Amino acid sequence: MRNMLIIGATSAIAEATARRFAATGARFYLVGRHAERLAAIARDLEIRSGQPVASESLDLDQLDQHPGLLERADQALGGIDLALIAHGTLPDQNGCQQSVQKTLAAIHTNALSVISLTTLLANRFEQRGRGTLIAISSVAGDRGRQSNYVYGAAKGMISLLLQGLRNRLSSKGIQVITIKPGFVDTPMTAAFEKKGLLWAQPDQIAKGIVAAVERGRDEVYLPWFWRWIMLVIRHIPERLFKRLQL
Amino acid sequence: MSTTAPASWGRYPSSQPRCLLPCRDAQIPTLPAEPQFCLPFGNGRSYGDVCLNNGGALLLARGLDRFIAFDPATGILRAEAGVLLSEILALIVPQGWFLSVTPGTQMITLGGAIANDVHGKNHHWTGSFGCHVRAFELLRSTGERLLCTLAQNADWFRATVGGLGLTGLITWVEIQLQRIANPWIVVENRRFASLDQFLALNAEYEARYPYTVSWIDCAARGQALGRGLHLAGMHAPPGLMKPPPQERRALTVPFAPPISLVNNLSVCWFNRLYYHLPRPARGLTSYQPFFYPLDNLLEWNRLYGRRGFFQYQCVIPPAAAREALREILARIAASGQGSMLAVLKRFGDKTSGGLLSFPRPGFTLALDFPNLGQKTLDLLGSLDEVTRQAGGAVYPAKDARMSGDSFRQYFPQWTEFRRYIDSRFSSSFWRRVTG
Repeated sequence: MRNMLIIGATSAIAEATARRFAATGARFYLVGRHAERLAAIARDLEIRSGQPVASESLDLDQLDQHPGLLERADQALGGIDLALIAHGTLPDQNGCQQSVQKTLAAIHTNALSVISLTTLLANRFEQRGRGTLIAISSVAGDRGRQSNYVYGAAKGMISLLLQGLRNRLSSKGIQVITIKPGFVDTPMTAAFEKKGLLWAQPDQIAKGIVAAVERGRDEVYLPWFWRWIMLVIRHIPERLFKRLQL
Repeated sequence: MSTTAPASWGRYPSSQPRCLLPCRDAQIPTLPAEPQFCLPFGNGRSYGDVCLNNGGALLLARGLDRFIAFDPATGILRAEAGVLLSEILALIVPQGWFLSVTPGTQMITLGGAIANDVHGKNHHWTGSFGCHVRAFELLRSTGERLLCTLAQNADWFRATVGGLGLTGLITWVEIQLQRIANPWIVVENRRFASLDQFLALNAEYEARYPYTVSWIDCAARGQALGRGLHLAGMHAPPGLMKPPPQERRALTVPFAPPISLVNNLSVCWFNRLYYHLPRPARGLTSYQPFFYPLDNLLEWNRLYGRRGFFQYQCVIPPAAAREALREILARIAASGQGSMLAVLKRFGDKTSGGLLSFPRPGFTLALDFPNLGQKTLDLLGSLDEVTRQAGGAVYPAKDARMSGDSFRQYFPQWTEFRRYIDSRFSSSFWRRVTG
């Protein structure tokens, strides 16, 4: 049985992941913005796991709320074994290009709030000498592209931060896992035409996350083929890359 | 929550909805002014066009997939309408409960089970799915929410059970489950050489077994007409010390071949082989292969090729059954368009009261035919003649071609039902049979 903190619990990927862990009898502390949906998810997970589920709704942009949040989660669970950080938004790239304010707001939500939470969680785990920290980054963070570089920059930042944390904490028995999904059919990507082989369902990502925890992986592309796609994309020379419509 | 263009299970007719509106949080998404009509779409397991809305909007209801309440003491379960029966079984079977009624696939939503008032192998004992629905919420396009039970909004309850999704969006459902001691089924297999033998055998088994179904060899003619296999089952009693059944690994049919793999030759040999294959008279099996033999062959509908296939399921009143069934089987055998899976079972007297519910007392026969164009439509039209004359009915959930005249004869209560249709809801099926 694991005690899990899930931040961004109303996201489709987080919900699918929680269901898979619920089947193993995990206990949850859920955090999300949308109170009504959070309550419905908590009720659902209680039935699936057979365990009581605690939750709170919170605007994660308020960084000063983070220490209190982790304290409450720790209290409720009696120690956090595993934390999944899954919140985020998909900013409108065009809007961001026209507005510094929008760009910084997107960076705040997708990068700074994640950095705040991972830093606090890492220190807690380090003190206890155990814990698993999983955060959802994105293939978009592997290289800057004109179609979504603001989102990409935020995800790239957390990928690097997690890499550093992993390097810092690996000798202390703490697992840090970076999840890099490709295109996933979720409400966040509702504006896209979702046809073709590159689109995955949230439950496929969830399955990959569970497997990454069980197998002690460090960095996982989901579905697996994105590792190879991104390998190619990362290695295109910049002289050429800058001219591509990506 | 897939948002790719949905199809029905028979892959016929092809249909292009104008827009897809994913549902979440028990709300109808804001309906655009155009197209005018929308229709809930569950998991796309109905065969024809009851789940299609050509040129209209589809409300993708699979996103409503949360459990709301489950009491392991009473077996009362409440869940959002997009939850699949497979998800329910995964939750309840380990806790000693089972669905009161299940159709031959577990890959359907609760909402779809109500909208088609589905039935199972135990109809002669327990009636259809709708008989075990305690309550549901119906959300109308006006935003009005109706709590429907047999006591409250009972008219809406009766219109929505079997109502083909036309009365509004079902947001959640509460059902009564049945107790089981373990996941095992005691099974008895018997061969029969003719329709008359079937009738006698079935009457004998129905008294003792809650689940009965028969498979008919459709390729057989003359003396052998109506031969087949009778299958009876019951939930195993307590005290069985078998290890829990292993999870079966599913195979997927990877793509639809240009022509159907189900054809005269394969049907003829499959039927012969299946009939003669030795099988134990009595045995114990897990509930999965007993109730859902095809769920392990994912996308099996692709076997019928790109043109898709038709299902024909009719019910014939008891008095006319013997003659009408003989006539139907004879017409199929004469046409040379055999069916791979011909299934025969008796419906009991218990009904859910749904205005458009298909199950009614009599014998129901289900067949599938690869789509060979006009030839197949002609055959099915000639089967309709027999069904109509016998005072029977054809199952809308499996239909893609019955005429408006036939529909109105099969479902005389359609004029009463019409009053309950949501003003913003319609379907390809409904426009076809009433338009």
